[in-house]
Amino acid sequence: MDLITVLQVLDSTVRLATPLLLACLAGLFSERAGIFDIGLEGKMLAAAFFSAAIAAVTGSVWLGLGASIIASLALSGLHGLASITFRGNQLISGVAINFLAAGLTVLIAQSWFQQGGRTPALLASGRFGPISLPGAEALREVPVLGPIYAELISGHSILVYVAFACVPLTWWILYRTRFGLRLRAVGENPEAVDTAGISVVRLRYSAVLICGLLCGLAGAYLATALQAGFVQDMTAGRGYIALAALIFAKWRPWHALYATLLFGFLQAIALRYQNLDLGFVTLPVQAMDALPYILTVVILAGFIGKAVPPRAGGQPYVKER
Amino acid sequence: MERMPKWADVVLIPLISLLLAAVLSGLVILAIGEDPINALNLMIKGALGSTYGWGYTLYYATNFMFTGLAVAVAFHARLFNIGGEGQAMLGGLGVALVCLYLPWPHWSLALIASTVGAALFGAAWAFLPAVLQAKRGSHIVITTIMFNFIAAAFLNWLLVGPLKPRGGMDPSTARFPEATNLPSLHDLLAPLGISFSKAAPANISFLVGILACVLVWVLIWRTRLGYEIRAFGHSEPAARYAGISPTKITVITMLISGGLAGMMAINNVMGEAERLVLNATEGAGFIGIAVALMGRSHPFGVFLAAILFGFLYQGGAELALWTAIPRELIIVIQALVILFTGALDNMVRMPLERIFMALRRRGA
Repeated sequence: MDLITVLQVLDSTVRLATPLLLACLAGLFSERAGIFDIGLEGKMLAAAFFSAAIAAVTGSVWLGLGASIIASLALSGLHGLASITFRGNQLISGVAINFLAAGLTVLIAQSWFQQGGRTPALLASGRFGPISLPGAEALREVPVLGPIYAELISGHSILVYVAFACVPLTWWILYRTRFGLRLRAVGENPEAVDTAGISVVRLRYSAVLICGLLCGLAGAYLATALQAGFVQDMTAGRGYIALAALIFAKWRPWHALYATLLFGFLQAIALRYQNLDLGFVTLPVQAMDALPYILTVVILAGFIGKAVPPRAGGQPYVKER
Repeated sequence: MERMPKWADVVLIPLISLLLAAVLSGLVILAIGEDPINALNLMIKGALGSTYGWGYTLYYATNFMFTGLAVAVAFHARLFNIGGEGQAMLGGLGVALVCLYLPWPHWSLALIASTVGAALFGAAWAFLPAVLQAKRGSHIVITTIMFNFIAAAFLNWLLVGPLKPRGGMDPSTARFPEATNLPSLHDLLAPLGISFSKAAPANISFLVGILACVLVWVLIWRTRLGYEIRAFGHSEPAARYAGISPTKITVITMLISGGLAGMMAINNVMGEAERLVLNATEGAGFIGIAVALMGRSHPFGVFLAAILFGFLYQGGAELALWTAIPRELIIVIQALVILFTGALDNMVRMPLERIFMALRRRGA
């Protein structure tokens, strides 16, 4: 395996990890505030559809991005309404949101474009194109480092760089700001936060809306950067893989980056090699598909360190009267 | 003091939720430029207007009965089994192995063995998540979701590899032998002089489904185990204090739940396709969630809700055939039902409770 092959696999790892990373950080905000969210998949799907649809109609990818964020925020609002305001079951609400998105996207796509539940293929102006970082071409001839810079680091769409920048930003918000401290506290012990005179409801709603914003970016990336348009069920379980990565990362931002890169790497391998020959055994592609889920179950079983979710996760907060 | 009478809780709230879901679905149909009344008429005619339509409605309903019961049993122990889809897939594998690799003289014996096989495989797929929940505290919702994906990859591998017959074109097993083919409702009703559509896939599994509803009712409300499951679901500390082992109840409940989900395979795999195909479950495992919520986790409620969803499924297929409304409309309706009967339950409940309190105050 030469350097270029390795770089191509790693390059595709970065591209495949990006939507996982954005969705994983989205889940991180929500779950750190005590709101379980298995609706990441649905929010991404709705965002992917609206970004592609609006970009196809207007020809502007930025309007598409705006639409995707609005769609995702709307579903987040619904999740907040069900799980914060009406103190319903957060898991059931997430399931409902996933189905709502799966059904509505096809329904609306069919009604708007009549192309069998997909949007028209996007032209260049409707997509986030690759960005060449300064000096990428000039430095390409430098041995080893040149190709790494030109192939791996340069040449991604803007959303990839945004996603990676979100990791330190999330860390900073969670661990270095007052808002982050309160957010973590509300996921562990909402009574204490309430006693301190801070609104649990407002904190949780802000967490859920940040989650929606990030899912919107993830969906827009899928439909306008990774691919050129929306097709039915295009998230293909990525929301659940992001959820798996979140557990794998034990709800920490930097580890979320490592976990999503690992899962992105697995997807890149599965995409490139249908059956992976390891010399002594041939791994079928289905084994690669299942690996993120199997790893997550192993982590959940506590064999590689224990994954402890935020303590108040999943429980609606009832204010004492 | 009860805030409202029991009948309101059992009948009124699901009906209002259903009405809300129906109104919103109607708005969705209106928004995509179709006529909701016309759509409803088409659905009723397509799903209930002929024995052919009924045959499909009852066929789908049988699937949903099993998966709905699976979710409902787990709900009684306050466990959310979202893995019905994977368990039903594995149930299909159990049925396929029983039908393909054992010689059967008569369908009745094959049906019994297949039911056992399906239940065992479905239960086995629920076993690990159950043990992890009971012993290690890993959240059962997450583990069962993961097991759905693992099951899909596993079956995918089996059906393009080891189980595919030589020369087979599509990913599926060989056809099951003639002797294992189940009698359809047409065959069952003909001796009684009732003519029923020959082409419809409803089969004897429908009766097995009804039997399962009755047995689950007996289990939950008439046996010691059922009592322990409900006690555990209401209050874990109280159950523990009463000498009920949380580990035991969690594992047993999930085994029963997984077994029920797996048993769906006698209907779709053995009764209809007569071979195991890729993605045989078609999301029925998830519809079980909506069915259990709608049916308030009671076997009779599950039965009614399963028929309702069978109607929606067949009606939705007819709509896709005759109008520009895609089949995915049913997924939207399903989502709305889950939303209103499950997540937004309090939104419906709170105002109703207030009304009943006000009425009582006036009466007193």
